[in-house]
Amino acid sequence: MTIHQISVFLENKAGQLAEITGILSENQVNMRAINIAETADYGVLRLIVDDAFKASTILLNEGFILTMSPVVGVAVPDTPGGLSKVLSVISSAEIDVEYMYSVFSQKDEQACMIFRVADTDGLASVLDRNGIAMLSGEDLGLH
Amino acid sequence: MERYYQKEIETADREQILAWQNERLVKQVRHVWDNVPYYRKKMEEKGVTPEDIQSVDDLHKLPFLTKDDLREAYPYGLLAKPLKDCVRIQSTSGTTGRRVVAFYTQHDVDLWEDCCARAITAAGGTNEDVCHVCYGYGLFTGGPGLNGGSHKVGCLTLPMSSGNTDRQLQFMVDLEATILCCTPSYAAFLAESIHERGLRDKIKLKAGIFGAEAWSEEMRQDIQNKLGIKAYDIYGLTETSGPGVAFECSEQTGMHINEDHFIAEIIDPDTGEVLPEGSKGELVFTSITKEAFPLLRYRTRDICVLTRKKCSCGRTHVKMSKPMGRSDDMLIVKGVNVFPSQIETVLLEQGYQANYQIIVDRVNNSDTIEVKVEMTPENFSDNLGKITEMEKGLVSALKAMLGIYAKVRLVAPKSITRSEGKAVRVIDNRKI
Repeated sequence: MTIHQISVFLENKAGQLAEITGILSENQVNMRAINIAETADYGVLRLIVDDAFKASTILLNEGFILTMSPVVGVAVPDTPGGLSKVLSVISSAEIDVEYMYSVFSQKDEQACMIFRVADTDGLASVLDRNGIAMLSGEDLGLH
Repeated sequence: MERYYQKEIETADREQILAWQNERLVKQVRHVWDNVPYYRKKMEEKGVTPEDIQSVDDLHKLPFLTKDDLREAYPYGLLAKPLKDCVRIQSTSGTTGRRVVAFYTQHDVDLWEDCCARAITAAGGTNEDVCHVCYGYGLFTGGPGLNGGSHKVGCLTLPMSSGNTDRQLQFMVDLEATILCCTPSYAAFLAESIHERGLRDKIKLKAGIFGAEAWSEEMRQDIQNKLGIKAYDIYGLTETSGPGVAFECSEQTGMHINEDHFIAEIIDPDTGEVLPEGSKGELVFTSITKEAFPLLRYRTRDICVLTRKKCSCGRTHVKMSKPMGRSDDMLIVKGVNVFPSQIETVLLEQGYQANYQIIVDRVNNSDTIEVKVEMTPENFSDNLGKITEMEKGLVSALKAMLGIYAKVRLVAPKSITRSEGKAVRVIDNRKI
């Protein structure tokens, strides 16, 4: 159930993001999710793409600094309290969420959240025990 | 009317000054030979003995000392007196992190303070004055030097140290400070603050003694106009004592070197050859009265010109121009000596590569320093918090090494230009 996220170091200057998306587009890589965390001077671009191996190889060759991390995709019911329930399950299990972000839903009536935690397997089993559905790569349109 | 702190010395004729120098130099060389094995070895290597030095004319026979020697001999290798006779140390940053530590006997402190007292008197200071010292106190020589000089003149001394502008201005106004001692950039900053707060009519300043960093004639005019004072330059370095090695008089056309304590030479930085008067070159000092830390032929790396043209103030001691540059890569930022090699050491220790760029600027009359560092795969993380933590670690390691805050800018790999051969490590945008 683990999804591979690519994180790329971005210097905050004009054209950096466009350069990366341009490279991915030229190489027919499809982006499924994108998230940016930044300070005034630099940022971290987090990507989930259909072919993580291909995308990371290309970006490394282009001289970017990147890292691959396992993340968990969670199907969150698209109703009031949906996310709250998921988060309370996670916090009861004393799992720290390093960060999370939402992804356009692939299925009806479901929101999709990406979670980054230290213990990915631990999170998966907690969600499983509590009947919370996780998204597979296929659900997100990954190869 | 021109005032002097030690008139007979400061206005002595050339013959008298030379007589003092000859006598003191001979004595000093013997003192060093007997007590500083490090320098004695250097002399022996050059085949020079104390007998070869009979007068200032023989000075060129002595070997040079450099900052590298201070590093190698750290901490006690150049000490010429037993520690029980020493009462003080002052310190400054050296290359690659090792600090320069200079020792003083009580006699050394006295003479140093005399030099500073000469500077304060030349700036018009008397025992009627209130002398506001906002150089840093502590290991830095600025505060202690001017503080001591101010005591000797008999000024009411305000030992403000640096920082806390509100408090600086409050004391300046309430205690009617008349003489301001600080770095020129801090003076310019205070002048701005005084202007912004509409305090110009409430201050009683008449003179300022500004040193420890480079400043231009334009900056002098600016400070003089904004504060309605006369601004005087002062020069010195920890290795030879501190501020007061040379100071400006009413003519404001260069700084009189206290030749009864220091012999100045100008050399070609490449060949070490002594250059004739009026030539531009590297300034070299020989301390002829210091007991604890008597450096002979110490290369300052400051480039300047000496002149013996008669000065309207009546002082007869040789004048040095403002330093026009350096013969090494040392930067002076906020009055603090910064070597690129120090920054490099920190970067490597912190797991960054030695590819970096130092950008120095002056914003609102205050120096800024930024270190551009390329991100490395090892230091990168998908977690922004981890990167900022690492960045903070780098900032505090730099602060610990340099003693001042340096902004860190993490940039993309290979984004710092690698020029062919020698990299451009320093970009100094200051218009001095």
